[in-house]
Amino acid sequence: MPAVSKGDGMRGLAVFISDIRNCKSKEAEIKRINKELANIRSKFKGDKALDGYSKKKYVCKLLFIFLLGHDIDFGHMEAVNLLSSNRYTEKQIGYLFISVLVNSNSELIRLINNAIKNDLASRNPTFMGLALHCIASVGSREMAEAFAGEIPKVLVAGDTMDSVKQSAALCLLRLYRTSSDLVPMGDWTSRVVHLLNDQHLGVVTAATSLITTLAQKNPEEFKTSVSLAVSRLSRIVTSASTDLQDYTYYFVPAPWLSVKLLRLLQCYPPPDPAVRGRLTECLETILNKAQEPPKSKKVQHSNAKNAVLFEAISLIIHHDSEPNLLVRACNQLGQFLQHRETNLRYLALESMCTLASSEFSHEAVKTHIETVINALKTERDVSVRQRAVDLLYAMCDRSNAPQIVAEMLSYLETADYSIREEIVLKVAILAEKYAVDYTWYVDTILNLIRIAGDYVSEEVWYRVIQIVINRDDVQGYAAKTVFEALQAPACHENLVKVGGYILGEFGNLIAGDPRSSPLIQFNLLHSKFHLCSVPTRALLLSTYIKFVNLFPEVKPTIQDVLRSDSQLRNADVELQQRAVEYLRLSTVASTDILATVLEEMPPFPERESSILAKLKKKKGPSTVTDLEDTKRERSVDVNGGPEPAPASTSAMSTPSPSADLLGLGAAPPAPAGPPPSSGSGGLLVDVFSDSASAVAPLAPGSEDNFARFVCKNNGVLFENQLLQIGLKSEFRQNLGRMFIFYGNKTSTQFLNFTPTLICSDDLQPHLNLQTKPVDPTVEGGAQVQQVVNIECVSDFTEAPVLSIQFRYGGTFQNVSVQLPITLNKFFQPTEMASQDFFQRWKQLSNPQQEVQNIFKAKHPMDTEVTKAKIIGFGSALLEEVDPNPANFVGAGIIHTKTTQIGCLLRLEPNLQAQMYRLTLRTSKEAVSQRLCELLSAQF
Amino acid sequence: MIKAILIFNNHGKPRLSKFYQPNSEDTQQQIIRGTFYLVSKRDENVCNFLEGRLLIGGSNNKLIYKHYAIELDILDLIHVFVETLDKCFKNVCELDLIFHVDKVHNILAEMVMGGMLLETNMNEIVTQIDTENKLEKSEAESLQPRRQRLQ
Repeated sequence: MPAVSKGDGMRGLAVFISDIRNCKSKEAEIKRINKELANIRSKFKGDKALDGYSKKKYVCKLLFIFLLGHDIDFGHMEAVNLLSSNRYTEKQIGYLFISVLVNSNSELIRLINNAIKNDLASRNPTFMGLALHCIASVGSREMAEAFAGEIPKVLVAGDTMDSVKQSAALCLLRLYRTSSDLVPMGDWTSRVVHLLNDQHLGVVTAATSLITTLAQKNPEEFKTSVSLAVSRLSRIVTSASTDLQDYTYYFVPAPWLSVKLLRLLQCYPPPDPAVRGRLTECLETILNKAQEPPKSKKVQHSNAKNAVLFEAISLIIHHDSEPNLLVRACNQLGQFLQHRETNLRYLALESMCTLASSEFSHEAVKTHIETVINALKTERDVSVRQRAVDLLYAMCDRSNAPQIVAEMLSYLETADYSIREEIVLKVAILAEKYAVDYTWYVDTILNLIRIAGDYVSEEVWYRVIQIVINRDDVQGYAAKTVFEALQAPACHENLVKVGGYILGEFGNLIAGDPRSSPLIQFNLLHSKFHLCSVPTRALLLSTYIKFVNLFPEVKPTIQDVLRSDSQLRNADVELQQRAVEYLRLSTVASTDILATVLEEMPPFPERESSILAKLKKKKGPSTVTDLEDTKRERSVDVNGGPEPAPASTSAMSTPSPSADLLGLGAAPPAPAGPPPSSGSGGLLVDVFSDSASAVAPLAPGSEDNFARFVCKNNGVLFENQLLQIGLKSEFRQNLGRMFIFYGNKTSTQFLNFTPTLICSDDLQPHLNLQTKPVDPTVEGGAQVQQVVNIECVSDFTEAPVLSIQFRYGGTFQNVSVQLPITLNKFFQPTEMASQDFFQRWKQLSNPQQEVQNIFKAKHPMDTEVTKAKIIGFGSALLEEVDPNPANFVGAGIIHTKTTQIGCLLRLEPNLQAQMYRLTLRTSKEAVSQRLCELLSAQF
Repeated sequence: MIKAILIFNNHGKPRLSKFYQPNSEDTQQQIIRGTFYLVSKRDENVCNFLEGRLLIGGSNNKLIYKHYAIELDILDLIHVFVETLDKCFKNVCELDLIFHVDKVHNILAEMVMGGMLLETNMNEIVTQIDTENKLEKSEAESLQPRRQRLQ
C-alpha cells in the first residue's frame, strides 16, 4: 500500500492545481493565480470566520503559488492560527507554510514561538517533531533566545522518544550555528556524547552531526567523544552487511553514519595509542574493503562504499602521522584516477591534492603525474580538469616544475575562460618559485602573455619586471626576448608594457647588435604606440625619455615624436603632461643630469610575491572561480581595495598636474605587497613574558630546519598542514632584523593567533629582541608578517624559541620552533693575506682559544658547496692562504654591543676517510666553542 | 551542511525547493534558475559535482545533482530521497510532486532537518509518514460530516 493516501487531500486545491496546469500561456497562468489570490484575500478578510479545513486549504494554495515562484504577501496570520489547531493536518500545513515562507525577522515570531512552546510541552511526539522542525527551519535569534535552553533538556531526557531525540539534536545544531552564544554548555554535553552509544542509529547519526559542530569550538568539552566514535565506527566497519538491518544501504553498513563519525574524528589530533590502534585497524579494514570485489553492481553500492573510503582517506591525511596508511591511501586514489566513473576521478584528484602536501606521501603522489597530465588533456568535464590543474600545482616541486609548467601552458591555450586567470597565476608562481634558470622564467611569463594576455593580471607583469630588475644575470636575455616577442605583428598590450619597461631599462644591453639598434628598438615600440590604451602609452613615453638618456643618437627622433601635436596637445591630461615635461627635460638638462634623473631602477626590496597573495585571495575554500567573480575582484582592485594601490598604472592614469615628473616617470611598478600587519595597539610585546608554561615541545624536524638557516638568511622555517613560517633576515654588525611570515595554508581563519618570542634566562642578557604583536586573526590563505629587531649584546649560545598559539576550526594549536638567530649572524668578514693570517693564528695559540672538532661528513664533500657554506656562515673565505689547496680558511669579526671578537677558522677535508677537521681560534673560548658547533653541523 | 534541496522537471520548472539558510525570495529564485541553467547544460557522462559559481550563490557552495531520468554521500542521499518518494507514492511521478507538495515536504522533513541529515533508514521514514497519514485519515473522517453540512 502506498504510504501517502492520495485521495484524502483537499479537492479545491487539486482543482486549482489542475487549472494552473491547463493554462496555455504564462499570461493565462498569472491571470488564474491573480484570480485565486483575490478569492483567498476576500475569504480571509470576510466577516465569516473560516473553519480549520478552509483555512488549511487556502494556506496550502498560497504555498503552492509561492512555490511556483510568485510573491506572497498575506496569509501569514492565518497560517499562524493553524498552529494552534489540535488537528495534525492543519497544524502541519501551518508549520509548513511558516518554514517555507517566514523569514527570521518576521513580527509574527512571538506568536509562532508561543505555539511552538505549547507543542514542545505537549508530549505528543508528532507535534513535538513539527515544532522542532519549525525551529530548525526558521532558526532565528529570537527562536534561539526562546528555545536554546529548553532543547538540550528534551534531547537528554530519559523518556524522550528516539525520533524526537533525533530532531532535537539537529534543531540544537541549527540554533548553535545561528547563535552559538545562546547555547550554554553544561551537564548535558557529557550525556550527548553518550548518545554515540545509543541503540538507535538514527539518534547516533544526528548526535554525531551535533557533536562534530560543537567539538570544533569546544574541543575539551567533547574530547571523550573520540574513543566512543572510534569504537562505534569499529563496530560498524566490522559488522556483517546484515547486522545493521535497515541501516545497511546496498550492502554497505551505515555509510552515512560512518562518514559522520570519520568527520568527527577529524576535529581532533590522532588519539592515544590504545584507541589509535583500534582506529588504525578500522582504517585498514576500510582500505581493504575497497579492494574486495563489489557485493553489488548497483552504483549505489559503490557510491556508498567509496563515500566511506574517501572520508577515511581524509582522516588519514588529517592525522598525517602514519606513513603506511598515507601511502596506501595514495595508491588507492591512484587507482581511482583511472576509474571509468567520472565522479571517482574527480574525488581522487581532489583528495590527492591534500595528500600532496604531506611529506610522507608527496613522492607517492608525484608518481601519478602522467595520469594527471593526461586527465588535463582528455577529461571532458571542466570540473575534473580544474581539479587536475589544482593537483599539478600541489605536486609541483623543483624536479618536475619544467614539465608541469609546460603542460599548464599548453592547456591554457584551450582552457575554459572561467579558469584561465587562475591558471595564469599558478603558472607564474610555479615558474618563479622553481626557476633555477631565470631565462626559463622570462620565457614562461612571455609565453603566458602571448597565450592568455587578457588573463594576465597586473601583478604578474609587475612581478616579471621586478625580478628582471633585481637579477642582473637575466637582464640582457630579457631585453633580447621581449625585443623578439614584440616583432609579432599582433601582440598583447601586456607584452607592450613589459617590453616598454624592460627596453627602457636594459635596451642598451642589446643595442650593440645592428638588428636591434636603438632606432630599431624605438621604431618597434612606437609602432605599437597608437594601438595602446592611455596607461600603456604613458608608460611608453617614459620609455622614450629613458631612451633619450641611453641612446643620445635617437634623441632628435624622440623629441620630434614628443613635439608632435598628438602628444603635446593630447586630450588626455596625463599624456600631454608627460610629453611636455619630457620634451622640456630632454632639451634643458645636461647629459649628467639626464643620466642621474633617468638612472637605472634600483633593485626592488624582496618581498612576498604579490601574485601568490593574489592567488591566495582568489582561492577561497573552493577552487573554481567564475569569470564574473574574477571581474568583480579586478574592479575592486582598480578602485583601490584594501591594499595600497600600485604606484604605477593607477598613478599614471590619475591626472595630477602637481605630481612631479620623477614621481610619475620613474615610479617603480611596485606591486602591492601584503599589507604590513599592523599591531593593533602598537604596544611592544613583552617578549620575555612568562608564557613559557604554554610552550609546545619543539616541532619535529625543527632541529634540521634550524641547522639549515645557519648559513642562510631566508627560507621556510616550518611548515605543516595548517601553517607555514617563512623567514627573511638581514644582519649588520651587532644588529639584525628578521621578517617572519606566517602563512595560513587553510581556507579557515586562525583565531587568537599569538606568536611569542621566548629567550631563556641564560640567553636574555645577551640578546635583545623587540617586536610588535600581530593581528590575532589570520584569514584563510592570508599571510601576516612580523618584524623582529635584534641586538646582540654579547656572545651567546642558545637560540630563542618562537612559540605560536592559535585556534583553528575550534582546536587549539601550539607550535614551537627554534628561531635561527645564531652567533655567526653577527660576523663581518675580514680579508687578509696569508702572512697576516698565520701571524694572528699563532697569536691565538692559547689552548682555551682553540676548539677543534673531527667529524664524519654528512653530505657529499663538494668543494664549491663547502665554499658557499663558509661564506654563508659569515666569515671571509681566504684563497691561497693555506699551503694545502684542499683546505679552507676563513676570517671574520663577531660584532656584539660590548665587544668585537676576531675569529679564524680552518677546515681540512679528508676525502678518503670522508672526514673533516675543523679548527676555530678566537679570543674567547665560548665563542670558539659555539662557532665550531654551528659550523660542524653544516658538512 | 546542506544549503538547499531542489527538484526540477526537464523543462526547468522547480517542483520542490527547500532552503536551509535564510535567503531573500529573490536570491532563492535566482539560485533556482541558476542551478537549472548549469545542470541542464551538462552532459550525461560528466561528474555530478559543480563548484561554486555566482549563479548558485557564491563560491562556497557546491552543487551536487543527479539526473532522473556529491560528495558521494549526498549524491546517494538524493537517491534515498527519490526511493522514499517512490515507496510513499508508489512509483513517484512529476504529478505527485505537483499535487502533493505538502507531502513531499513532509517526507523531506523526515530526512533532512536544518540542513543536516536526520534519518537515512527508508523504512523508518516510511513508518513515520504512515503514522502521519493515519492521523490525517482519522481527522478527515471526523471532518466529513461537517464538510457536508457546510456545503
